[in-house]
Amino acid sequence: MWTSYYTMARKEFVRMIRIWSQTLLPPIVTTSLYFVVFGSFIGSQLAAIEGFSYMQFIVPGLIMMSMITSSYMNTVSTFYFAKWQRTLDEILVSPTPNWIVIAGFISGGMIRGLLVGTLVLIVSLFFTHLVIHQLAIVILAGILTTMLFSLAGLVNGIFAKGFDGISIVPTFVLTPLTYLGGVFFSINQFPEFWRIVSLFNPILYMVNAFRYGFLGISDVSIAMSFSILIAINVVLLGLTVYLFKKGWGFKN
Amino acid sequence: MQAISIKGLRKTYSTGTQALKGVDLNIEEGDFFALLGPNGAGKSTIISIITSLTRKSEGEVKVFGTSIDEDPDKAKTYIGLVPQEFNFNIFEKVIDIVTTQAGYYGIPRKEALERADEIIKALGLWDKRDTMAQQLSGGMKRRLMIARALIHKPKLLILDEPTAGVDIEMRLGMWEFLRRMNEEGTTIILTTHYLEEAEELCRNVAIINKGEVRLHKPMKELLESGKEKLENIYLEIIQEAKQEK
Ligand SMILES: Nc1ncnc2c1ncn2[C@@H]1O[C@H](COP(=O)(O)OP(=O)(O)O)[C@@H](O)[C@H]1O
Ligand SMILES: [Mg+2]
Repeated sequence: MWTSYYTMARKEFVRMIRIWSQTLLPPIVTTSLYFVVFGSFIGSQLAAIEGFSYMQFIVPGLIMMSMITSSYMNTVSTFYFAKWQRTLDEILVSPTPNWIVIAGFISGGMIRGLLVGTLVLIVSLFFTHLVIHQLAIVILAGILTTMLFSLAGLVNGIFAKGFDGISIVPTFVLTPLTYLGGVFFSINQFPEFWRIVSLFNPILYMVNAFRYGFLGISDVSIAMSFSILIAINVVLLGLTVYLFKKGWGFKN
Repeated sequence: MQAISIKGLRKTYSTGTQALKGVDLNIEEGDFFALLGPNGAGKSTIISIITSLTRKSEGEVKVFGTSIDEDPDKAKTYIGLVPQEFNFNIFEKVIDIVTTQAGYYGIPRKEALERADEIIKALGLWDKRDTMAQQLSGGMKRRLMIARALIHKPKLLILDEPTAGVDIEMRLGMWEFLRRMNEEGTTIILTTHYLEEAEELCRNVAIINKGEVRLHKPMKELLESGKEKLENIYLEIIQEAKQEK
């Protein structure tokens, strides 16, 4: 059973490293551009936020953004292609229990997310120095968030019926929520109405928890952030287990 | 011991197609068994249900006495499947496809590599060991799937139309290989729509059409009643199927 899990995780890791120019490089290039354009050019014109330079403020948000996208894209695409090419049957005919199969896919997404996050963090060191307020919070928020989006990507992959099915959610839901999720600004700078609307965006809580771990500042309560993270994880995990049990979208 | 025991198996797809209309089938351990029938008869559906890739609508399936409902994971350990359609990742190397499959069956990597090398050799794919699956010929791809199916040394090997699109010479080689496997004790079930293939290889045969078993007999008995007669029976069934379409 553990051999089976290890096989899945190893396969994902090897693939990720082999095609690094598609899996690891793009988020690094994108965030580097953000660092240059927003952090250096525009940021230098902006006032400090709670005592931190704009560059320092956006670093945690940008790491989070790259982790969210990477973990989501990893599971949604691996699962969808496994289903489409029918390579999923290789696992399904084997005595690997469903929860191990789920764990295998989730681990792939988490490894990719955390790896990309670490690389973006290293890149950020070229632009600003590292501040860490509470390392445990950084790590915990990173793990819970990548797990959440790996699960979400997997659910998307299960439901996807075609190639548009795997790009609609990332483009029309994930990206807007991330951009409005407090990556580039503190919601305290918002007009009251939009500030309240933002509070319904779950990504806001993740970005803020993560930023709190680095800088010790947050727009929302950290306890609330972690409660939301854990609650969504539990719901998505339950849903995934249920869909696998039914063979939803991959068993006739 | 029965390798496969099927009782009252029915399957209706979500499209409304009734693919199986109450199939009963017993296959003995050690048998070389042919599931013969025209396209669309329901052969692949039976196999997908036995291997838990498709859910049944009704009925009971046991693999070496283990119900696929009660202990699907145990039932799966007995079976090696060579599906009708290629279902490996064409961007992976031959050796990786086989060893990964071993991992799914819980075989540690070191042992998996040894077994994979052995089995790749036995199937004449040794010089393609590190070749991407995409670059293999049709017959080689089929043999790759056989290697993959045998990596956990299953007691039962199921092949769904293994020789479709494979040239004569390669077909003879594959027959030889399967015959030897069977002599060494592996139970083999294959589906085919070639009568000659069933005649050549199998000890028992079931002819299936439109989701029903029409005839289930030892090959010898069938051949004794006359080769022409068997051909006629089969042709009749195929004809029937064509007329309905
Ligand atoms: N996934 C599916 N969805 C709906 N109908 C299907 C599906 N797979 C097979 N069928 C139908 O079930 C019947 C039996 O098909 P199949 O088991 O593939 O036959 P065979 O393998 O004997 O050629 C056919 O009428 C086929 O069209
Ligand atoms: Mg078929």
